[in-house]
Amino acid sequence: MIELGQHAVFIVWAYIGVFAGVAGLIGWAAFDRSRVGRRLRELGNGRS
Amino acid sequence: MTIDTTPKMRWWERLAHPGQFVAWTTPLVWPLAGLTAVLFLLGLWFAFFNSPADYQMGDTVRIMYVHVPTAWLSQFVYATMAVSALGTLVWRHPMADVSMKAAAPLGAAFTAMALYTGSLWGRPTWGTFWEWDGRMTSTLVLLFIYLGIVALWRAFDDQLRAARIVAIFTLVGAVNIPIIKFSVDWWSTLHQPASVFRADGPTMPGSILVPLFIMFFAFTFLFLTLQLVAMQTEVRRRRVATLERKAARGEAA
Repeated sequence: MIELGQHAVFIVWAYIGVFAGVAGLIGWAAFDRSRVGRRLRELGNGRS
Repeated sequence: MTIDTTPKMRWWERLAHPGQFVAWTTPLVWPLAGLTAVLFLLGLWFAFFNSPADYQMGDTVRIMYVHVPTAWLSQFVYATMAVSALGTLVWRHPMADVSMKAAAPLGAAFTAMALYTGSLWGRPTWGTFWEWDGRMTSTLVLLFIYLGIVALWRAFDDQLRAARIVAIFTLVGAVNIPIIKFSVDWWSTLHQPASVFRADGPTMPGSILVPLFIMFFAFTFLFLTLQLVAMQTEVRRRRVATLERKAARGEAA
């Protein structure tokens, strides 16, 4: 890891916050897709 | 000789069928996700290991590689929603309101990230986390517009009726986008004027522009991937709602 200087804490928290947000978006998209797909299969239509 | 009487359909007319949209776009998701991951890895390597500190801001310039792309997406996603709103109101394209609904939470998330990273960049650079200047205030207003649109979608059971109302609200809210863009020119502000897309070329050196553009494409492809997945999920959700209504009618009869 490179030396980030006296403001390292701001840089690190900016990246942690953004990638936590990105992980949250990906996780939510995957969860929602799987939940809706499961319900569709329960209703007997898993095609579309 | 036979005469082909089949009506000629353009690609966007073919995509008007939700089932066909899902079938055509599903094979795109994993390649897009892979490309996004590669761009992020490359962008992070450049951002932390292969780009210099700024002569004025020092290492805090590295926050720019996540701040500028999320700020760009906060406006690009809204522009996507505004075009989709036109698609709903003018062309009545069945996938337009699906696109509008899928994009709203993504836009809200990217706007929140832009505000968060901006405040973390502002503290060491300007000495404050927040200032009520034109760009920051108009971006905060954009976040509230996104949240209002998400709430409006959830307020209606009839999604077709909701689509018309949300489309009008989205087009009215679009007036905020040029305000965000030109706020740095119109008002006295802490933000610097445009430094990348300028008539006389970027004012940044290539060593900073390269990681910025890689992260810019990484976040843009992330949005495209999530938007496709969210649209496919919304099409399936509407199919679920139709099947549940049919099942309820069958039970009632």
